[in-house]
Amino acid sequence: MLTSFKRITRAGFKNFYRNGLLSATTIFIVVIVIFLVTMLFLFNSVFSVLISNIQDKVDMSIYFKENVATENILEAKSQLTEIPEVKEVKYISKEEAFTAFVEKHKDDPILIESLDEVGRNPFLPSLGVKAQQASEYQEVVNFLESSSFNDLIEKVDYYERKPVIDKVFSITSSINRTGAFASIILGIIAILIVFNTIRIAIYSSNKEISTMKLVGASNWFIQGPFLIQGILVGIFSTIITFLVTFAVCYGLDPKINAIVSDVRIFNIFTYNFWTILLIQITAGISLGIIPTMIAVRKYLKI
Amino acid sequence: MFYIQNVTKIYPSRAKNENIVALDDISFKINDKEFVSIVGKSGAGKTTLLKLILAEEQPTTGNIFFKDQDIQKTKKSKILDLRRKIGIVFQDYKLFPSKTVYENISYVMEVMGATDDEIARDVSQVLELVGLTKRAHNFPEELSGGEQQRTAIARAVIHRPEIVLADEPTGNLDPYNSFDIMQLLIKIYELGTTVVLATHDKELINSLGKKVITLDQGKLIKEEERGRFIL
Repeated sequence: MLTSFKRITRAGFKNFYRNGLLSATTIFIVVIVIFLVTMLFLFNSVFSVLISNIQDKVDMSIYFKENVATENILEAKSQLTEIPEVKEVKYISKEEAFTAFVEKHKDDPILIESLDEVGRNPFLPSLGVKAQQASEYQEVVNFLESSSFNDLIEKVDYYERKPVIDKVFSITSSINRTGAFASIILGIIAILIVFNTIRIAIYSSNKEISTMKLVGASNWFIQGPFLIQGILVGIFSTIITFLVTFAVCYGLDPKINAIVSDVRIFNIFTYNFWTILLIQITAGISLGIIPTMIAVRKYLKI
Repeated sequence: MFYIQNVTKIYPSRAKNENIVALDDISFKINDKEFVSIVGKSGAGKTTLLKLILAEEQPTTGNIFFKDQDIQKTKKSKILDLRRKIGIVFQDYKLFPSKTVYENISYVMEVMGATDDEIARDVSQVLELVGLTKRAHNFPEELSGGEQQRTAIARAVIHRPEIVLADEPTGNLDPYNSFDIMQLLIKIYELGTTVVLATHDKELINSLGKKVITLDQGKLIKEEERGRFIL
């Protein structure tokens, strides 16, 4: 048993380096496929960073009437915080709104002057609300309309921003849909290419496999070396792809960052280091083994 | 040793519904330590017959017995045991292209689980027998046709099979190499192994003076001890 295992392993290694060109071609194809899968994963991560950044920029403000007591507003705040769709509620008092305005427009003397003309603080206290998803602001509005403090509200600026929020929502969901669809199609194409490459590689050995059967070799004695070859192809492909991914992420990081300031692709790579490695090892080994075994099996039926 | 009983082999044809009858109700015996030549023109059914003996294919009707064991009823796992008792030589050699001469020959012993020492000892003996000691570490593509066929014969006899099947072993060789190969087969026979030789080489058969079975269009038309090639 141990002797057979040793012989099978040795034969697998020998086949691998004696058919060097064939092994290299197979590795090349598998590398392309794993790289593609990795890139899909990375782009997916980049897109979710972008989407969450855009969604973060969307919010709604609830302005309360001038004479509403701070306690009432804070009570409204705590009620809003309890809604599951709400991610964050921030209270902005009259004074804070005033200070923020002055700070923002300090270089614009006309605005500051006109504020002086008014002679009092014209701003309303408000609550800034962020929902978990862009699609969920309508839920918050529904809650407000039926709430006990609806009378205290001067205005909700959601209605003005509704078109923007809706647009963000539809763009992000269509990006997700397209991404998933493209991943599936590319994945299928990639797997078919690998299957075909390996099928052709094994086809060149079909007579050899038949002869092995005729001289009395068992199926495992014949399949074993191909299995070892498949594992070697998987391991080499994984190593190469991993290095390439590392280099690409490292090299492109400043360039991508210059275009989209929120995205640090090298950070995404290091943050997902183990996930990426796992994806690549799984893809590499299974692309090396499964098509090989299917292709060899076909010629064993003598 | 082998008993071929009323064997018929029909291949279905893709063209229309015409079937091809490769073997038509054939019966004969191969005895222990016998040299049997199966002769006939191309397409007479020689190769089909060898394929049936090797259980590579099944007869349409009839039975083939190996020492009272019906090959058709033998389990797939036991077919391997049967094949390990047979040595086979092909017209096109069928060597393993990515293995050296030494590895081609040792493969059969590895399959059977021989130890490394046994393999080293037997392979060097057989290499000497077929005169290929110097070629041990060459690949098949680096050998001449005659050398390739001698490697194939070495591979066929390395595990001391009870019977050697040779399918047109001289078909691709010149007369000098053919003579060498025949001498090797006779030597193997003289060492006590049954040899079944399929050929259409008239002179080869006539010079042998051994048992000859003549096939023509799938029918057995003559069976003679000390026969000649007459068609």
